[in-house]
Amino acid sequence: MTELTQQEQANMDDASQQYLTFIMASEEYGVDILSVQEIRGWEATTVIPNSPSHVKGVINLRGTIVPIIDLRQRFGIETLEYGATTVVIVVKVAMSDEHKVIGIVVDAVSDVFSVNDADVRDAPDFGDDTNLSFIKGLTNAADKMVILLDINMLLGSEVLPEASQLSNLINNIDAQQPQAVNA
Amino acid sequence: MEIDLSQFSQVFFEESLEGLESMESELLKLDVNEPEDESINTIFRAAHSIKGGSATFGFSQVANYTHLLETLLDEIRDGRRQMTSEHQDMLLLSVDLLRNMIDALMRKTDFDDPLLSQLEKRFTSELEGAAEDIQDEDATQADAEQAPDEQLWHIDFQAGIDILRCGNDPLLMFTELRQLGELTVKLAEINHPDFGDIDPEACYLSWHLELITDQKIERLKEVFEWVEDECTIHYSSSVIDTGETRELQGTSESPQASPVPESTQASTSTSDSLPAEVVKPKIVSQAKSPEGGSIRVSIEKIDLLINMVGELVITQAMLGQIGQQDEIDEESLLSMKQGLEQLASHTRDLQESVMQIRMLPISFAFNRFPRLVRDIGQQLGKKVDLILNGEDTELDKTVMEKIVDPMVHLVRNSLDHGLETPEIRVSKGKPETGSITLNAFHQGGNIIIEIIDDGAGLDTDRILQKARDKGLVAEDEELSTEAIHQLIFKAGFSTADAVSDLSGRGVGMDVVRRNINELNGTIELKSTQDKGSRFTIRLPLTLAILDGQLVRIGHHTYVVPLVSIHESLQVEPQRINRISENHELVRLRDEYLPVIKVFQEFDHEADAIEIKDGLVMVVDSNNEKVGLLVDELLSQQQVVIKSLEDNYSKVPGVSGATILGDGTVALIIDISGLVSLAGITNTNEHAA
Repeated sequence: MTELTQQEQANMDDASQQYLTFIMASEEYGVDILSVQEIRGWEATTVIPNSPSHVKGVINLRGTIVPIIDLRQRFGIETLEYGATTVVIVVKVAMSDEHKVIGIVVDAVSDVFSVNDADVRDAPDFGDDTNLSFIKGLTNAADKMVILLDINMLLGSEVLPEASQLSNLINNIDAQQPQAVNA
Repeated sequence: MEIDLSQFSQVFFEESLEGLESMESELLKLDVNEPEDESINTIFRAAHSIKGGSATFGFSQVANYTHLLETLLDEIRDGRRQMTSEHQDMLLLSVDLLRNMIDALMRKTDFDDPLLSQLEKRFTSELEGAAEDIQDEDATQADAEQAPDEQLWHIDFQAGIDILRCGNDPLLMFTELRQLGELTVKLAEINHPDFGDIDPEACYLSWHLELITDQKIERLKEVFEWVEDECTIHYSSSVIDTGETRELQGTSESPQASPVPESTQASTSTSDSLPAEVVKPKIVSQAKSPEGGSIRVSIEKIDLLINMVGELVITQAMLGQIGQQDEIDEESLLSMKQGLEQLASHTRDLQESVMQIRMLPISFAFNRFPRLVRDIGQQLGKKVDLILNGEDTELDKTVMEKIVDPMVHLVRNSLDHGLETPEIRVSKGKPETGSITLNAFHQGGNIIIEIIDDGAGLDTDRILQKARDKGLVAEDEELSTEAIHQLIFKAGFSTADAVSDLSGRGVGMDVVRRNINELNGTIELKSTQDKGSRFTIRLPLTLAILDGQLVRIGHHTYVVPLVSIHESLQVEPQRINRISENHELVRLRDEYLPVIKVFQEFDHEADAIEIKDGLVMVVDSNNEKVGLLVDELLSQQQVVIKSLEDNYSKVPGVSGATILGDGTVALIIDISGLVSLAGITNTNEHAA
């Protein structure tokens, strides 16, 4: 174990959390470091049929099937071409009472910061319908603004729209069945 | 050092549940008028070991309750009490209750069921009522050895010098004895050496114990079972005459000296202390979910695995030797090939044996039915014989867990709607007692489960009428009997109002079929009016592995379950008919099959856009044939099924994923899902 600096020690003592930050379209985002499982390079995925465009597909992570989400596309930012330097952050997301493992594609990993809870400001209200509940807040680290993400909200909702689409689909299918018998 | 008992409690739970199961099945088998000794013994043993285990782990609620059962059973076993059907009922209810208790313990939640105190009262009054009977009988057969009445036991207990070092604690034994009756402990003598020679870990004590109990000497000896080799124990007894007993009652402050008040007392006191005890271990291991579960595996299966791994190691050593050679000549190349072949066969064997571990006899699923049939039959006033065949047929644990609910549903339906009441049966000229038969057997790579009843069969007229009312079938449409029977699997039949006025089945039958389809299985139905019905469920043996055909569509690789593939063919253009923009049929011999363009449904590119350019794979979907358009057939191989839902969500048309030899992921096509996705139903195009 490396020795903790005084500053870090102080951070550990009070209500602070460590965040892994990454860069996307020159903005810096942070996710709770405890939810990060590993950081990988980009590899080809198996595409999932009829999935939203930001779901890049699934990969084999040592025997587990893990979906990969393009965060740029998820946020509606123009996409970049993937290359050898593309980074996939594999995160554990708590969903109801289970965990899901999901990979997110980002431009680059940046740093690890300890952020005191008191230093986190609420995200501004944009006043429109944009749902920004996955933004935990904003903070300053090394004179840069860091957008702290609530990964559970962000990726937890990732699956839910799917689920509702699915139930719509099933309803449609069920509705079709009686007619089909008549045909 | 504190030993964390919670790690063992899981084993206790499993054993107890197993014990309860055997108790239940023995109880159901039991002929109350002539109970077999062996059955009673089995039931007793189960109750006894649950009691012992629960006491060890401090689950006093369970221990106290099973003590009541044990007392009653003991009396029945010794012939001091006649088994009655009321006893049978009480014991069966107790099995349920204990199951719930253990369930609550596993979940670490509080157990609070009014049934507990009700049953406790019933047992108590039952046992009290018998106290006189016992004495009457005793007067006639005053056999000293069998004497069930209270006795004063003198036990001289000289502890072995090493007793503490062996991990035994006299205090625990005395505590156990105290549960058997009134106990007085006196220190007899201290036989210690000079102070300087005292070994602090040795035990120099011996005791004189006096125990008033109705238990037999065997029970007392049981307490000292672990230490009898190293300790000197001397037992002697004197029968307490009635006068003395009364006196003792006074000292023990219980209204009666029978074991009953003691246990009720204990249970009231423990019901107070229970929440605390139950809550405590919550902190210790919260993450353990009760469903996490484990499997009991026979030693033979493990031995087989060990052998297999041994073979594997030898092959590996052989290959390793070749690898160490600097130059590989033709001879070593040959032996390397041999080694690789061996490796392949060992791996296959190993895989098979590992799968075997997950296999359990289907009796695990069948076991609940005697009870179910008995209870529902009684409730409905119907006489039923339940016949179980093929209980030893083995089935994967996960499949078993998932097939139980549909089976329960079908059996319930057979009882409720299928079998007639005794009067109606007699009027139809059938025997008064109906029968439900459950069969299980292997056929090919599948397991077949049949649920057969000799009841009324399906009422085709009413089903057809119902379907017409619901608009599922057009007024002027004529359907074959078989097609009418299939209607009960339609979703429309599961609505509540269909239940009340439809004498046939159809309650949630669509759900049953869906559940079975989810297991990659099928269900068929044959029914003859007034003769009965037969449901046939066909399931793959395991959910973990399937034989797959790899296919290529564009640059995507998919797996199609081999069992559902009939054939694959190239179709000449003249055999392709286009019905509408998106619906194409191919003529195959005398059938017209709808063709699903998989790439279209999955919304990606492909080489073969037109049917004539690719291959049509004829597959089975709910007993109907459809064609799938694919670009190319790749290899066939066994694939290990991985869930997509674990980390993502359910994908329409895809039943799961697998990892191919090169480490990439391939999706497994769910044919019935794909058919739904394409919006195809070809019920009436089936021209066989």
